Amino acid sequence: MYSFEPTDEQRMLIDAVERYAETDLSPAARAADELGELPAALIEKGWELGILQASIPEAYGGFGDHSAVTGVLAAEAMAYGDLAGTLAVMAPSSYVIPILLGGTEDQKKELIPAVIEAEWKPYIAAFIEPEYDFYAGEMRTTAEKKKSEYVLNGKKALVPFADSAESLLVFANLDGRTQAFIVPSDAAGLSVGERELLLGIHALPTFTLTLENVKVTLASRIGGEDGFDPIPVVASAQIANAAIAIGMSKAALDYAIPYAKEREVWGKPIAQKQSIAFMLAEMAMEIESNRLLVWEAAWLLDEGEDAMKAAYLALNGAVDTAMVVTDRAVQVLGGHGYIREHPVELWMRNGRGIPMFTGIAMV
Amino acid sequence: MISFKMPEKLEQASVLMETIAENMMRPVSRYFDEHEHEIPWDYINFMHESMKAMGSGTMTEAAPKKKEGPSISFQRLAVTAEMLSWGDVGLWLCTPGGGLGGAAVNATGTPEQKERFLSRMSGDKPVFDAMALTEPHAGSAMPAEVRTTAVRDGDEWILNGEKIFVTAGNKALVDSDGFVVIWATIDPEAGRAGVRPFVVEANTPGCTVCKMEHKLGIRASDTVSIALQDCRIPFDNILGSAEVVDKKKTKKGFKGAMATFDATRPLVAASALGIARATLELLKEMLAEQGVEIRYGLPRSRMTNIEREIVDMETLLRSTWLLTLKSMWLADERKGNTIEASMCKVKAGDVVVKITQRAVELMGPLGYSREHLLEKWFRDAKINDLYEGTGQINRLIVARRILDYTRHELT
Repeated sequence: MYSFEPTDEQRMLIDAVERYAETDLSPAARAADELGELPAALIEKGWELGILQASIPEAYGGFGDHSAVTGVLAAEAMAYGDLAGTLAVMAPSSYVIPILLGGTEDQKKELIPAVIEAEWKPYIAAFIEPEYDFYAGEMRTTAEKKKSEYVLNGKKALVPFADSAESLLVFANLDGRTQAFIVPSDAAGLSVGERELLLGIHALPTFTLTLENVKVTLASRIGGEDGFDPIPVVASAQIANAAIAIGMSKAALDYAIPYAKEREVWGKPIAQKQSIAFMLAEMAMEIESNRLLVWEAAWLLDEGEDAMKAAYLALNGAVDTAMVVTDRAVQVLGGHGYIREHPVELWMRNGRGIPMFTGIAMV
Repeated sequence: MISFKMPEKLEQASVLMETIAENMMRPVSRYFDEHEHEIPWDYINFMHESMKAMGSGTMTEAAPKKKEGPSISFQRLAVTAEMLSWGDVGLWLCTPGGGLGGAAVNATGTPEQKERFLSRMSGDKPVFDAMALTEPHAGSAMPAEVRTTAVRDGDEWILNGEKIFVTAGNKALVDSDGFVVIWATIDPEAGRAGVRPFVVEANTPGCTVCKMEHKLGIRASDTVSIALQDCRIPFDNILGSAEVVDKKKTKKGFKGAMATFDATRPLVAASALGIARATLELLKEMLAEQGVEIRYGLPRSRMTNIEREIVDMETLLRSTWLLTLKSMWLADERKGNTIEASMCKVKAGDVVVKITQRAVELMGPLGYSREHLLEKWFRDAKINDLYEGTGQINRLIVARRILDYTRHELT
């Protein structure tokens, strides 16, 4: 049966996340963006909502079963508050989810509880690379198998909290296949670059990372000797990113609507002009339709079906939605949209980043 | 629980419709495009017999009989419209019992009316139904500016006026013993509050088809003008309440009548997306024959232009289909779907026009040639951005909803 209705349990989680987004994340977003820093207590509060924890089975320290659909609903609701804050709260998901989906039983038991049972700590993934044509299926960072170790070489970008990471999950190309390796933050040959200065998500500290003959044990490879199937992991990252894009787009629309109803031109609210009203209608339609693509991809992933194409299309749709909707939100506000007193310019800068953010969070 | 699992019954319907589309529609698609107004009786009779065999003479089913589990009849309708329009949209519009008149009766009629008007669908001969709203002076301003009048005279209504752009009107009134749902005002002073749909059956004196249009596409389907001159119909042929002011605000009044569009707009969207899918599939097939492979998963910086086009088309198609499905699911769940109905109609109109236009361009002279169906689908596609409310009028409806504006506040 088709259904577009979350379960009661999911509804409760969404409600809690929505409250956090509205009363905590959103009011802090502008100051955090200007300051380039998120209050630790803010991240911790988001972490305590237990979104990731609820997606991890009890055996590994969590209290639920993995559900990308639930993850998508939560990510969407949180990103409504702020994108940088959401990526910060969700950063450990990119460390945990690949282990959950592809790790050996021992790896799951050993690695996941440390993340899940504690307060928020920067367990993070190094996924993205500083290339214009970066492609998760063909990474330039390499892993080479030696007798008793793997040797990693390459460069990573947009690695959140790399300067304070507890541990890293580094994605690399092993004989043409994307694989992941646990790398201790003090590993020899691993160097964290300067903090990145970006167009958007200023509040999230991200770094470049250089790996020069970084040696890790054979047991560090996720999935052990045979590794793991990267396709669901990449799909999970794309779906999470797409969900975040939709949540942020919805925030931009919901900001533009009341503004358009209040702002008058020639004695009439601009929302009563078709040129504005139609823009708003189109923003709403893009959000509604592309949201369903994201949900479907997440559902396929949960069903154990091949979600690769669906996740790719969902992200493709969400990338355009985020850019178009945030741009239109600025346009509806006119010159005021360009002023940093309103959040729309921030969303527009963040919106442009969606094509690059895949890998920072997973569901 | 959120689920994208197609119900088994829908899957069966889909497979059946695909067989019909492939065998009964595609082979004659070009022929009926080139022979405008020739009636595709083979398809029509086949559909009529098939639907009778399935225990239903109509595409639009009544509400499910009590607790038979959740209803999926609107979803089935969407799947059917999509698949048969994938076959051929002109022929789909010739499907007996598949018109908008039946949908209107189904959405707003009393049980007695449903029985009286819809039972003919399962008779010996195929029967057609149509809906007439547009008039020569106004299209999108309908139904507020309806000039066709319905005056009560004892046990009858007397209708006078002219309707244009009636899809399948000739089949409903001339080629079969069908009916047309005519929108008329019972109180011209009352504006749209006085407007009601009326059922006018074939062979009713005073109701004549006076013109058949020649069109850009959907040529297998007739589009006609209807003249109403002192046309008398039984009092009970009014759909909804005969009271102008509906104090109880029940579904019987004008608003109830408008509920028709909540069902018909997603139906048009589904049909549009059938054409879009047909186009995209043929486009990919033709490209594959030329050795062009579409690689999914690449970043845009690594894609060819053709890959980017195809991936964008697939994204548009799927997202819009899911929105259409959601609006039909809401209808099945008896939940409000007005905004989703208009949203999917707008997007589907845009998407099918964009995909068919791009496909012709991408295939170059092959796309432009009448040897292939791409140029036909390009012509067929455009109607979806026009009928059941143009893209603009539906944008207006969406905008009013999200802005919480009345039609006076946002015109």
